[in-house]
Amino acid sequence: MKAHAEPVGGPLFTPAMRVLAVVVGIGAVVMLWRLVAGLGPTTALNDGYPLGLWIAFDVVTGTALACGGYAVAILVMILNKGRYHPLVRPAILTSALGYSLAGFSVFLDIGRWWYIWKVPLYFWHWNFDSALLEVALCIMAYVVVLWIEVAPAFLEKWSDASNLLLRRMSRVSLRALEKAAIWIIALGLLLPTMHQSSLGTLMLLADSRLHPLWNTRLLPLMFLLTCVSMGFAVVVCESAFSSVAFKRRPETSMLGNLAAAIVPVQLVVVAMRLADLAWRGQLGLLAAGDIRSLLVLIEFGLMLAPAVMLRSAARRRDLGHLVRAAMLMMFGGALYRFDTYLVAFTPGAHWSYFPSVPEILISTGLVAAEIMAYIAVVKTFPILAGRTAVTERQAA
Amino acid sequence: MGISRRAALKGMLIGGAAAAGATSASATAAAVTPTEEAVGLLYDATLCIGCKACVSACREANDLEADPTGLGPNYHAPLDLSERAKTVIKLYAEDGETSFMKAQCMHCVDPACAAACMLGALKKREFGIVTYDPDLCIGCRYCEIACPYNVPKFQWTKAAPKIVKCELCAHRLKAGLEPACTEVCPRDAVIFGKRSDLLREARRRIAAEPSRYLPKVYGETDGGGTQVLYLSHVPFEKLGLPVLGDLPAPSKARNVQRSVYHNFVAPLVLYGVLGAVTWRNRRHQALEEEGQR
Repeated sequence: MKAHAEPVGGPLFTPAMRVLAVVVGIGAVVMLWRLVAGLGPTTALNDGYPLGLWIAFDVVTGTALACGGYAVAILVMILNKGRYHPLVRPAILTSALGYSLAGFSVFLDIGRWWYIWKVPLYFWHWNFDSALLEVALCIMAYVVVLWIEVAPAFLEKWSDASNLLLRRMSRVSLRALEKAAIWIIALGLLLPTMHQSSLGTLMLLADSRLHPLWNTRLLPLMFLLTCVSMGFAVVVCESAFSSVAFKRRPETSMLGNLAAAIVPVQLVVVAMRLADLAWRGQLGLLAAGDIRSLLVLIEFGLMLAPAVMLRSAARRRDLGHLVRAAMLMMFGGALYRFDTYLVAFTPGAHWSYFPSVPEILISTGLVAAEIMAYIAVVKTFPILAGRTAVTERQAA
Repeated sequence: MGISRRAALKGMLIGGAAAAGATSASATAAAVTPTEEAVGLLYDATLCIGCKACVSACREANDLEADPTGLGPNYHAPLDLSERAKTVIKLYAEDGETSFMKAQCMHCVDPACAAACMLGALKKREFGIVTYDPDLCIGCRYCEIACPYNVPKFQWTKAAPKIVKCELCAHRLKAGLEPACTEVCPRDAVIFGKRSDLLREARRRIAAEPSRYLPKVYGETDGGGTQVLYLSHVPFEKLGLPVLGDLPAPSKARNVQRSVYHNFVAPLVLYGVLGAVTWRNRRHQALEEEGQR
C-alpha cells in the first residue's frame, strides 16, 4: 500500500527559507541565554504563574495542532477511509515535527533540564498519581513512534541511494517496518488518546485555583475532542497550503468531507460544555461580562462559526472557504486549551503574567524551525502525493 | 461519497472511549487519613505578637539567603513565602480587626504537590512531613500549580534551581530537636507536636475560651486535612487560608486518573482493539487496492 508520494524538488535555500533561518537563529541565541542565566532573568514566569507561554502554547496547544497524524490515523485506520491515504504522510510529518519541538520546549521550560533522562529511566520512582508523568512518558514514546512512522519516506528514497550499505540497510528496515506496521500504527493511536486526555486531567489538580468556567471533570474528554478537531483542521489547512505553495492540484473534495466531519465534534464540545456548566450551576458566569466570560464566549463562537460556514455542499467545495473554516476550528480549540492553562488559573490577585520578549522569541524560533524542516523534508523526500498520483486518482 | 455522520460519530465514540471512564469515576480511591506518627504545628493567631523571631530562626536553621524585599538590604524581611523564605509572618488589618498570620507549608494529609510530582521529589516521608529530594526533581513546577496554598517556591534566579518549601525542619527532628520556629516562639503561638495531640489541644483551647476563638480548627478537615493547624478569631480566609472542601484535589484527580489507568488494563485493552481494527482495515484496503489493479 504505497502512498504514491514523491519529493517536491526545487531549491532549498529560497528567500523565504532565509528569513525563517534568521528567526530560528535569533531563537537559538535566546535559548542559550536562558540555559545559562536561568528562568528568572529571561522569562516573565513567577511563583504565581510558574507555567507560561512555553507550556500553554508550545506544548498544550502545539501538540494539539500536531494531532493531524492522530486524526488522519483515526480516519484511515479505524474508520477505514483508505482514500484519505495521500493525507497520511504529510500529516504524520507535521505531527513528528510538532511533537519534537513541543518536547524541546519542555526541555527549555524545566528548571533542572539536565535531569530529564531520569523521568523515563527512574521507573522505580514513578508516581502513577501524576498526570504529568503519564503525559511526559507518552509524549516521549509518541515522538519516537511518529519518527518511525515517517521513516519509510526517508528509507524509500535511500533504497535507491548510490551507497550500497545505505541501500541495503534501507531495504531491510523497510521490510521490517512493514511487518511491525500494525502495532506501530496502533501505538500511534493509543498514545495520543492517553496523553491528550491527560493534558486535561493535569489541570484538575489545580482544582480550587481553576476558574469554574473551565474546572470540570470533563477536562480529559474535552481535551481529547479538541485535539481531534484541531488535528483534522490542521490537515485541511496544511493540505491546502501545500497545494498552493508547491503548485499541486488541491484535494478539495477530500478536504471538504474532512471539514464537514469536524463540525459535529465541535458542536458536541460546545453542547457538553454548556450542559456541564448548567449541571454545576455555573451557567450564570457566562453573563458575568468579565474577561474570562468573554473568552469562553469567543471559544464557543470560534467553534460554532465553522458549522455555519460549511452548512452547504457547495460551500464545502470552495477551497478558500474551507481554509477559513478550518482556521477558525484551529483557533477555537487552541484558545480553549490555552485558556485552561493560563486564563483559568487563578493564583491570586497579586500575581500576573504576560510572556517576556525572550519567551516569545524562543517560541517563534521553534515555530520557524518547524516550518523550515517541513519544507526541506517535503522537497527532498516522498511525503506529498505526487502530481501523477493525484491525476490518476481524479481519473479513476 | 462523504464521511457519513455515522462514521464521524463512530470516530468520536472510539476517541472518547478512554476518556469516558474518566468522567464516570466509579472507582473511588480510598480517602487518605493522617498516620499515627504524623507531626505538625499548631499556630494560634490570638497569641502571636508578630515579633518574627520564627522567620529569622527559620532562615538560620535552613541556611537561606536574606530576603530583603520588605525593608531593603541588610534585613531578612520577606513579604511572602519565597525562594528565600520558608515561613513568613503577615499582618491582617481591616475594619479595626487585626491578626497576625504565619504562613509555611501545611504538610497536607494528602498533598497535591506530591500527587503532582513525577518522580516523588516532593513526597510524604517520615512523620508525614512533605520533604524535597532535589535528585528526583527536574524543575517542572507542576507542584506550584497543584498546591492550593501556593507554598512551593522556585529559585528563579539560579541557573541550577531547586524547589524551596518548609520541610518542618526534618533535619533538626533527626537530631532530636524541634523545628526552629516553634523553638524560638516567645509566646508559644506556634507549637510542635503530634498532629493528634495538637488537634486535642486546639479543641481544648476553643472549649476553654469559646469567646476568644472561632469554633473551628483550620486544617482538621480542610482540603482533606493538614498537619499544620490554625486557631483564629478572624475568619480564616481573611488570613489567606483558602476555603477548601473536605475532599482534597488529589483524591478527585486520582479518581479520574485511576478510573482510566487502574492496573493499566484499559490502555492495554484499547491497544489490542486498535491493533485488531487496524489489521482488519489495512488488509481490507490492501485487497481493495489489488482489486483496482
